[in-house]
Amino acid sequence: MIADMMISGPEDLFKVIPFARFLDLRLELAGNELTTHMPFSPHLIGNPMLPALHGGSLGAFLELTATAQLSVFENFDHIPKPVDVNIQYLRPGKPIDTYARARINRVGRTIANVEVWAWQEMREQPIATLQAHFLIG
Amino acid sequence: MSHRPFHESFNLLVDNIPYMKAIGAYYVGCTPEGVSLCLPYRDDLVGDPHTRVIAGGVVTAVLDHACGMSVWDALDEFKPIATLDLRIDYMRPAVPDRDLIVTARCYRLTHTVGFVRGFAYDERMDDPVAAAQSAFIISHPSLKAREIH
Repeated sequence: MIADMMISGPEDLFKVIPFARFLDLRLELAGNELTTHMPFSPHLIGNPMLPALHGGSLGAFLELTATAQLSVFENFDHIPKPVDVNIQYLRPGKPIDTYARARINRVGRTIANVEVWAWQEMREQPIATLQAHFLIG
Repeated sequence: MSHRPFHESFNLLVDNIPYMKAIGAYYVGCTPEGVSLCLPYRDDLVGDPHTRVIAGGVVTAVLDHACGMSVWDALDEFKPIATLDLRIDYMRPAVPDRDLIVTARCYRLTHTVGFVRGFAYDERMDDPVAAAQSAFIISHPSLKAREIH
């Protein structure tokens, strides 16, 4: 949990990050399992002909999901900063809602390694994945 | 009739993209160094309200788009392309209230793949905020149709 912010619970994290509000990101916690949700909106489109979501809207969603996972399950006094991210685009993002889940692979003294999967209709068919390192120290 | 360079219509490939329009990015120009876009600072793009630094995801979006456009510049024509992968290194925080410039260049183009490097910076390209490395897959709809027949 991020100590110095006016958040009463993990659900509030996306409310204090302006760009998460811009993307209208939602966060659901079932026990210790976190699922994030990016509702479809026309301004997320990158290819108006298909149409398909912009790689950048998916990238931001994946990265903020990793941030949320770290903030919810570890104790930090600030929002973790990404050092590097690696995104694989597996399928075109359809103009529908997108969901994501993250897994923390390792939390060291200064760096955390996080992995994220995003899907739309079927969780077994991810549309994009992300691996990232965050600075936490 | 002489062929007009494809980059002459590049402003349309930013202005007509809903996500680019939503975050406020615009086309700057095309030089031998690459294709450049500009992203003016805006409060709703912030990723950390305490530092007012814009979200990494916003930088990712502009880098992804500029990288794609550099492939179109190398192709010098419009073909459908898709990002295969994208790696971004965040070197330092972007300074609040400053415009962010992104410049990307496709340094190798094969029949099916474009290999790209790009940088995001607020003053000089040699003092980058972030660096990107990406690969784009190039669709050849006419080829696909031929394979089917």
